[in-house]
Amino acid sequence: MQRIGVFVCHCGTNIAGTVDVKAVAEALKNEQGVVFSTEYQYMCSEAGQSLIKNAIKEHNLTGVVVCSCSPRMHEATFRKTAQSAGLNPYMVEIANIREQCSWIHKDMEKATEKAIILGRAAIAKVHLNAPLIAGESPVVKRALVIGGGIAGIQTALDIADAGFEVDIVEKKPTIGGKMTQLDKTFPTLDCAACILTPKMVDCAQNEKIKIYSYSEVESVSGFVGNFSVKIKKKARFVDENKCTGCGLCTEKCPMKKVPNEFNLGMNNRSAIYIPFAQAVPKVATIDPDHCNMLKNGKCGLCAKICTAGAIDYKQQDEIVEEKYGAIVVATGYNPISLEKYDEFAYSQSKDVITSLEFERLTNAAGPTSGKLLRPSDGEHPHTIVFVQCVGSRCSADDSKGGKSYCSKICCMYTAKHAMLTREKYPDTDVYVFYIDVRTPGKSFDEFYRRAAEQYGVHYIKGMVGKVIPQADGKLLVQGSDLIANEQLKINADLVVLAAAIEPDKSARPLATMLTASMDTNDFFTEAHPKLRPVESPTAGIFLSGACQGPKDIPETVSQASAAAAKAIGLLCKDKLTCNPCVAHSDEMMCNGCSQCANVCPYGAISYEEKEFRMPNRTTAIRRVASVNPAVCQGCGACTVTCPSGAMDLKGFSNRQIMAEVDAICR
Amino acid sequence: MQSRMIERAKQLLADGTVNRVIGWKKGEFAYDITPAVFESAEEIDKDFVYDDFCGHNLSKYLIKESRKEGKLLAFLKPCDTYSFNQLIKEHRIIRENVYIIGIACDGKADAEKIKAKGISGITGISSDDDTFTVKTIYDDEKISKSEVLEERCTVCKSRKHAVYDELIGDEGEVNENSGRFDMVTKLENMTADERYTFWRNELSKCIRCNACRNVCPACSCENCVFDNPNSGIAQKSAATSFEENMFHIIRAFHVAGRCTDCGECSRVCPQNIPLHLLNRKFIKDINELYGEYQAGVEDEGRTPLTSYTKDDCEPSIVNERGCK
Repeated sequence: MQRIGVFVCHCGTNIAGTVDVKAVAEALKNEQGVVFSTEYQYMCSEAGQSLIKNAIKEHNLTGVVVCSCSPRMHEATFRKTAQSAGLNPYMVEIANIREQCSWIHKDMEKATEKAIILGRAAIAKVHLNAPLIAGESPVVKRALVIGGGIAGIQTALDIADAGFEVDIVEKKPTIGGKMTQLDKTFPTLDCAACILTPKMVDCAQNEKIKIYSYSEVESVSGFVGNFSVKIKKKARFVDENKCTGCGLCTEKCPMKKVPNEFNLGMNNRSAIYIPFAQAVPKVATIDPDHCNMLKNGKCGLCAKICTAGAIDYKQQDEIVEEKYGAIVVATGYNPISLEKYDEFAYSQSKDVITSLEFERLTNAAGPTSGKLLRPSDGEHPHTIVFVQCVGSRCSADDSKGGKSYCSKICCMYTAKHAMLTREKYPDTDVYVFYIDVRTPGKSFDEFYRRAAEQYGVHYIKGMVGKVIPQADGKLLVQGSDLIANEQLKINADLVVLAAAIEPDKSARPLATMLTASMDTNDFFTEAHPKLRPVESPTAGIFLSGACQGPKDIPETVSQASAAAAKAIGLLCKDKLTCNPCVAHSDEMMCNGCSQCANVCPYGAISYEEKEFRMPNRTTAIRRVASVNPAVCQGCGACTVTCPSGAMDLKGFSNRQIMAEVDAICR
Repeated sequence: MQSRMIERAKQLLADGTVNRVIGWKKGEFAYDITPAVFESAEEIDKDFVYDDFCGHNLSKYLIKESRKEGKLLAFLKPCDTYSFNQLIKEHRIIRENVYIIGIACDGKADAEKIKAKGISGITGISSDDDTFTVKTIYDDEKISKSEVLEERCTVCKSRKHAVYDELIGDEGEVNENSGRFDMVTKLENMTADERYTFWRNELSKCIRCNACRNVCPACSCENCVFDNPNSGIAQKSAATSFEENMFHIIRAFHVAGRCTDCGECSRVCPQNIPLHLLNRKFIKDINELYGEYQAGVEDEGRTPLTSYTKDDCEPSIVNERGCK
């Protein structure tokens, strides 16, 4: 028989405001096995914890029930408390009477009754608790960063700086991400390349950092401290170690009509290409969809002229398997497709462009060498209309693929575009249609006001209803000015759409591989929005940059460093304490049917042929399951699959759960 | 058919390929057949029988028999081979120790249905294309097969063996349009109350003889939860009449995704409860939610309920379907 102590927390008024905590403590006193029951204002406080410790000693408690907040909040706290008083930490159970009771009820009488029932269920469970001893597992002192944009780069540099090895997996031929395509960056207007490329070079030169460019994560297994990751190095048909990046092949390649993705298809590249001058690694890649040699075996010019002998048309995809202790996700974002936004004539007119395309048109390395020229005729545009919130802040059931969230960066970059245009080309009229201008952030609002007040950008509160391409090449922009309460018609030369941003398409399958959770918009969710903002709820998985939500560069970099700090904190440890609440199989009951192994997401279950003593002095060889406790994460999938009930979870046994249900139904 | 089987069984025993044969033998009455293991030609000559009353699925017996010394000859009808494969998949039968002769089957007779027609004193049965000839101590009676076939045979899902080492008789085809889910559809179209009443009527007949569990090839646990004192439900007297019904519902859940729809549960039920309908409901649901799946077609790989894909339906489907 257990000797159980019950501790009911007021949590200030959080619980006591809706639950009669005194009545709860009093009622639970009468439960079987309860030898002590009390309430206190803040059980998690120093004084509250001492109360528990003293009671354990004084009353020789063998089990503790704390009626308080969610176990996610303070289960670990109270387990430590019990441990310091000499009790096995797994003899503590939490009855959640805050999130699952006081916060969701208004009627004191009913909430009190429910709190008593929840306490009763926890007491019923403690009766069946057994002391558990946690094992340990080693930590592989190496981190994986998935995505090589500014977020991934910063995280990798910080982890490497702390002395740990870190690998970056980037699916494009070069690291750098979206930031490489930007011209100037708000609010300081320093050039993106000037601040990014040194970091890219640092990554390449850092001995601790290994870059897997043009590579993708193929599969992930294992668990925190001990992930096993398969990385697919896609065939680039160029030997990375031999290529010097001289670029001769890209000049000589006869296939020059490939849309250049770096300039968003606004000019062409060759079939063998280096994405841009500062690419890291600076090696050529052959585009197999356009290379004549790879498509029909006719050409081979690049191999002939390459003095380094780096071209290898027979190169195959290669799978590399590596072990990691921590994984940081930095898969970034993309602008949404505007194909369905017919009202803005994006698909009909070349002169309706996205903001990222505008970025390329003003960049010295862009298709126009930095001159702002209309894509259709190469003329200088005199009237430019910027449209904000294209696909952002839409209703949840938007049919065009619009997003319900604010993309956060558009107000600022549009202010930047407008300001820079006015500065360089004062003869240009610039209009910005906005729903709201949102510029919180250090020096952000000042920046926007400078655009509006000093640079004479026409900010118009209202939305553009329609963009109509005219016969003379102009674009008739119809919009409403909500402040002046009038309809506007502007004859524009160029229309720039601030497209919403969305997580990269690779994020969803990656989340499945990592068993990391996502929200409905496919942004990775954090373990706690305020207290654990850079960790995924899945242990050992950290979040860096826009994969977690829309972010500008300063915010991305600070989050990247935060994620790195969290990963370093993990890698510093030599060993992790395992969760002792793992599955185990009752060999006498096990049929060896393999259903548990089939459903185990961690590959923790294996089988062995074992000899068993049977009646009448006979023996039988039977196939039985055994669980590797270091790999098992205690999810319990096997216990519900097992037809004979041979699989059970320590700390959450079928009997314990049934006892809780029975106590609730009593 | 029977003579060919006996001849071949004796051959295989004589040449040492197998040391035992599992088949059927007559009981007190002609329709009172039981599965039996024969160890010699003499025993076979004496008792071995195969006729239209031999409906028993022999696969489950192979769990124990295949673990004994030496190889065993098993005669399996098409539907029995699905159970066999499923048990191989679950590592319950040692394949190397079994020699399978697949035997053709045109559907088995339901002695209860025959007796219900007022025929008594049955001493034997034979059949041709669509009639059974029932021998009695009085006269031979000819009955159209469709009138007295076992329920499962009227909606036979396959006359093709899923596995065999050799065949006796002609191999048939898988029947895609067996209509075996018609009754399930009918139940689905009832209101929840009507369905509840239907099942309460049926399940209240249960006397908990455990025959359905004991005969079921999917119920092959070393130690059934209903017999395990640690499970908390073993040997428990029913607190309410509904609790008793839970036995069948739990059993249906336990065999879901593994049940091959062999129909043994309903065949052996002394109370004539249509237990197969519970299993068929699961099979139909699996087909609709995860794509067509027949347990026992393969002897390895995952089943829809023990694998996860990103396209799997969300649990909320239960509500959506429930609202129908």
